[in-house]
Parts: sequence; structure tokens; C-alpha cells
Amino acid sequence: MNFNATLIGQTFAFVVFVWFTMKFVWPLLLKQMHDRETRIADGLAAAEKGQKALEEAEIRLTELVDEGKQQAAEIISQAQRRGDEIVEESKSTAKSEGQRLIHAAEAEIERDKTQAREDLRKEVATLALAGVEQILMREVDRNAHNEIITKLSSEL
Amino acid sequence: MAAEGELTSNEYIQHHLQNMVFGKLPASYERADGQVLQESAWTLAHSPQEAKDMGFWSVNVDTLGWSIFLGCLFCFVFHRVAKRVSEGAPSGFANFVEMMVEVVDKNVSDIFHGKSNVIAPLALTIFVWVILMNIMDIVPVDWLPILAQTLSGDPHLYFKVVPTTDPNITFGLSIGVFVLIIFYSIKMKGIGGFIGELTLHPFNSKNIFVQILFIPFNFILEGISLIAKPVSLALRLFGNLYAAELIFLLIAMLGYYQFPFHFVWAVFHILVIPLQAFVFMMLTIVYLSMAHDTH
Repeated sequence: MNFNATLIGQTFAFVVFVWFTMKFVWPLLLKQMHDRETRIADGLAAAEKGQKALEEAEIRLTELVDEGKQQAAEIISQAQRRGDEIVEESKSTAKSEGQRLIHAAEAEIERDKTQAREDLRKEVATLALAGVEQILMREVDRNAHNEIITKLSSEL
Repeated sequence: MAAEGELTSNEYIQHHLQNMVFGKLPASYERADGQVLQESAWTLAHSPQEAKDMGFWSVNVDTLGWSIFLGCLFCFVFHRVAKRVSEGAPSGFANFVEMMVEVVDKNVSDIFHGKSNVIAPLALTIFVWVILMNIMDIVPVDWLPILAQTLSGDPHLYFKVVPTTDPNITFGLSIGVFVLIIFYSIKMKGIGGFIGELTLHPFNSKNIFVQILFIPFNFILEGISLIAKPVSLALRLFGNLYAAELIFLLIAMLGYYQFPFHFVWAVFHILVIPLQAFVFMMLTIVYLSMAHDTH
């Protein structure tokens, strides 16, 4: 163990290295690590926030789907009801229209019948008159007897 | 294993424990090979005796060189990691560096309660630098010396690789710490406070005359405890590594039987390397925080 100037050299080197570390290594490294720590904390917080947002979105999604389903069911039942109504309506319309047509036809027939009967009565009166004319020849006062015939024919 | 067959085991070990010393030899000095110097010359020592005769103003080129090289390596690597502009996750090596920084930072903030920009970088420098210097012990004891001898062409070149087996290196570190201890003591307590701390404890008295009697006694006690700090710091590190190196040397003389022993001792030594660096760092922090605390 003989001491020599190595002692001084080593002390000097020590001072220089400590100074270098103090100036150019330690603060940079510490800052870097601190920055990364902050970044990681931020990232974790953001991830947590995202997770929460996702959960909320999922809940909202379920709500929306439920609502949609409900609405769809409502619309379907409404449509069914409306369909039934339309069917009912058209059924009743058809029925009344048919009724109306039947009535019209019946009235027509009635009218025709009356007409025919009228015509027939006139025909019969004329025929009767002609017949009577034939039978009574010229003695018959046409005007005097016409009243009777008219009376007869109205009684038909 | 001794590469040079002519060396006895004793010579082999002594050769390994001798630094490569560069210094000035006086005029008319008889060198190891019998040559007598005409005038004083700066040269490498060729024997332990020459190294001793060079006196204080000589330098252990090998250990100081390795020490500075490893310190530069530490600065370079850590500065590169610190400078890199990466936003993402750190890669493997950066993780390692940051782990070191975290260990140091945690220990410093646990022990040292004052505010100082020096303590933490100081602790990091000591920790990593001492680890690097200690790790040189794991390199098989003959590799680098033989490489140096081959490269220089001098088969008797002294080449000590592990800086912390040189007391100059460990004392160099602890002197730096010692200066800081004194600096912080004076900075926090003032010169009067520092002198008071050295002279008025542990014995004091209300009576002024009794106190004056106590002062030299206190000074001796406190002075010893103050000096003991850097001395114990340096000797602990030096002793551990020197002993380990010596055992590596003894194992290396076993020839081919050395491999299992070398492996076992190296594995054990891997525990010692960071432990000693950690102890050196922790004690530095503790001493400085003691200097920093005002009573």
C-alpha cells in the first residue's frame, strides 16, 4: 500500500464525473421518468374514462334497443288494428252497397211492374171498349159510355 | 495460471498485485536490471522497489486508467440514455438505467431530508462507478494483463485491472466524500457550529473551566470519528475487493482445476460486487445527511 498521486487523480476524476452526472445525467433522467409517469397516469385515467363511457354507451344502447322494440311492437299492433278496421269497414261498405243495389233493383222492378200493369190496364180498357163497340154497334154513345169504361178501368 | 513458467507462485501473486507505476526516478539510481541512470527520468517502474522509490509524485497508470475509462463509460452510457428522446416505453437497457436511478433516488430521499442537487447524482455516480470497477474483478485475472503484455511487447509489464483493489482509488473516492462532509457541515452550521460540534460534544458542562478542560478530549473523540468515516469507507471497499482478487489469484494457480473453483467464487463474488457498491453509496448518503442535519 504505497500512496501516490493516483489519489489526487482519482479524487479529481471523481469530482468531474459527479459534476457531469449532476449536470447532464441526473436531471434529464429524472425529468424523463417523471414525464413518463405523468403520461402513464394520464393514459390510465383516459382508459378508465373510456371504459366508463363504453359502459354508459352500452346501457344507452340497451335502452335504445328496448325502446325500438317497443315502438316496433306498437307499430305492428297499430297496423294490425288498422287492417282489421279497414277490413271491417270495407265489409260493411260492401254490404250496404249491395243492399243499396238490391233496393234499387227492387224499385226498378216495382216501377216496371206498375208500368206494365198500367199499360196492360190501358190495353184492356181499349180492348174492352173496342169489344163493346163491336157488340153494341153504333147505338152506343161513345161519350156516354166512355165514362163507365174509365170507371171500370180504374177499378181494375 | 501463470503464463510465465519461470515465476514461482509467490512471484506470480506479487506480480499481479503490483501496479503499473509511472513516475520519476532520480539521477544515479540503480534500476532493477542493474542499469544506473545518468540523470533523473520519467519512466515506468520495473520492480516494486522502483515504484516505492518514485515517491508520492507517481501515478498508477493501470488502475487510474481503468477507473477513468469506466467512469467515462458510465457517463457516456447514462448520458445517452438520458438524452434519448423517446416518448414510448423504454427499451431493455434504458429500463436498467432507470432502475438504477430509481434505487438511488429512493434511498437518497429516504435518508437525506435536506434539499441538495448534489447528493443524488453523487450517490448514482458512486454506485454505478464502483459497481463497474468491481465488475473488473470477474474478468479472469490473467486475460487483460497478458493482453497488455502482448500488446506492449513487455512480458513483465505490471497491469492491475481492478481499480478498487488499489487503495489509492478507494481513498480517492472517500476523500471526495470527506470534503463534501466538511463542506456540508460548515455550510449548514457555520464554521463556529462545525468547530463547536467537534469540541463541545459528547462531554459538556455549564462550568466554563470544566468545559475548557473537556475541549481537547472532545476534539480527539470527535476528530477520530470524523476521520474514521472516509477511512472506513475506503478500507472496507479496498479490503473486500483486494481479498477477493487475492483468492482469484490463488484459484488461478490451480491449473485446470481452477475452473469449478473459479466459477463458484465468481458466483459468490457477484453478490459482493453490488453489495460493496451499495454499502459505499449508502454510507456516503448517511454521512452527508449527518453532516447536513443541525442538532
